[in-house]
Amino acid sequence: MTTTDSGRTRTGPGGTRTGPGGTRTGPGQGLTWSLRGRGPQDVPVLADAGPPLGRPAGPATGRGVRVCVVDSGVERDHPLVGPLAGSWVVVKDGESGEITVEPTTTGDTCGHGTACAGIVRRTAPDCEIHSVRVLGERFSGTGDVLMAGLRWAVEQGFDVVNLSLSTTRTRFAQELHSLADSAYFARTVIVASAHNTPVESFPWRFASVISVGSHQEDDPELHLYNPDPPVEFFGPGQNVTVPWLGGRTIRTTGNSFATPYVAGLCARVLSAHPRMTAFQLKNALYLSAANVRHAPRPSTAAGDTRDDSEN
Amino acid sequence: MTPRTDSAPSLSSTTPALSAADAPRGELLQSVVDVARAIFGAEASSVFLLDEEADELVFQAVSGQGEEFLVGRRFPAGRGIAGWVATSGEPMVVDDLSADPSFDRSLAESTAYVPNALMAAPLISDARILGVLEVLDPSPQARSGVRELDLLAMFARQAAAALRVITPERVREAEHGDVFGGGGLGGARREDALKLLGSLERLLRGAG
Repeated sequence: MTTTDSGRTRTGPGGTRTGPGGTRTGPGQGLTWSLRGRGPQDVPVLADAGPPLGRPAGPATGRGVRVCVVDSGVERDHPLVGPLAGSWVVVKDGESGEITVEPTTTGDTCGHGTACAGIVRRTAPDCEIHSVRVLGERFSGTGDVLMAGLRWAVEQGFDVVNLSLSTTRTRFAQELHSLADSAYFARTVIVASAHNTPVESFPWRFASVISVGSHQEDDPELHLYNPDPPVEFFGPGQNVTVPWLGGRTIRTTGNSFATPYVAGLCARVLSAHPRMTAFQLKNALYLSAANVRHAPRPSTAAGDTRDDSEN
Repeated sequence: MTPRTDSAPSLSSTTPALSAADAPRGELLQSVVDVARAIFGAEASSVFLLDEEADELVFQAVSGQGEEFLVGRRFPAGRGIAGWVATSGEPMVVDDLSADPSFDRSLAESTAYVPNALMAAPLISDARILGVLEVLDPSPQARSGVRELDLLAMFARQAAAALRVITPERVREAEHGDVFGGGGLGGARREDALKLLGSLERLLRGAG
């Protein structure tokens, strides 16, 4: 898959699945089981080094990066959100059970999605914001609507997907896991909220997403790495001023609002380093986290290669 | 613009009078809202239960503002903060609401009371969302923090567990989308009753 309208050059699994002669290298489409008959010169990768210490450079504003907010919709023309590049809704037919994704003009059903989009906007002011509404329609609490919305967002090849939601329904866990892995390899970064209460829910539990919880500090630009995952990062989520319905703002609290801050950071990093992969992005967040200190490189004794100063 | 104006509550379809068997349940829910209100020093507290079939949230118990007339009122389950909580299964705390005249019109219209702050947590039992516990205008010291959100969510979980213990058959009904049999209307009769209510609502709207 190649997406060029964002300014990012993306080569997804489809771009790497064939050898020089076009021969498939594995039994399944897109699978590369091992490197046969080809050498390093056949698989060149042009990389972006990533920002020094993981921090996006000042001018990195998210320009050219496509962010999708999967939530309750986004209010149209909210001054703190600005124009949306696309607005969609996931609808489930009560009788046939068929689920479709359709363009919509209905905005936001409760304010939550508008709040998330506003946080993305203020963190990465020049990014492109799209909305997929998975709440507020009938049957939207059933999990499969969320699943369909997230799948759609991944299939569109958005650079960053903000998901301040999760499902506790374990029957979706396997499917969500596969979807999260597909997104990871296709360089669609899913930034997912941890549940606000200590329950098992998905997809934030998976290593292929960037999972976010809330810290209690007042600094609106502080993020932390959690040395004790599964939730990997903490962002500002307490008493956050956010855009709400009717063009206004409110204050609110929760992991939901820490997540779009991290999604916005991802958009900023990607705008300056468009070739970065999901794991590089995660590393940039790790390196720039306020609690990650950079230990001095230990003096290496001859022959001792156990240098663990990864930070 | 948002569809807020569409989210006005359906005119209240009052629940049938509680039968004797419902008394402990009513007492429990009233106790839940009374205690929630006391914990957070709040102006009001309510429990909504989810009627999956009608896709509506129904006021089941109220403490404080609206206590006399809100029980039984319904509004669309996917709207507003309670709707978000009911469909996402996540608790939520919001503040500075009164600065927003468009805030939750459904609630404002049905309660004649617009809170400045609101906390809401899902009532979850055995991974099913039964409804929402809401606390309106908690005291300034008891709002907006992560700890308060935790406390409310924990209390709501306890309330949901108690609800399940005291009325297991009701909870099973909820799982089948039939929470509000109330007076015990079954199948076809209930459907007839709902149709009647729908007609009545249209009639009243037309008249209004």
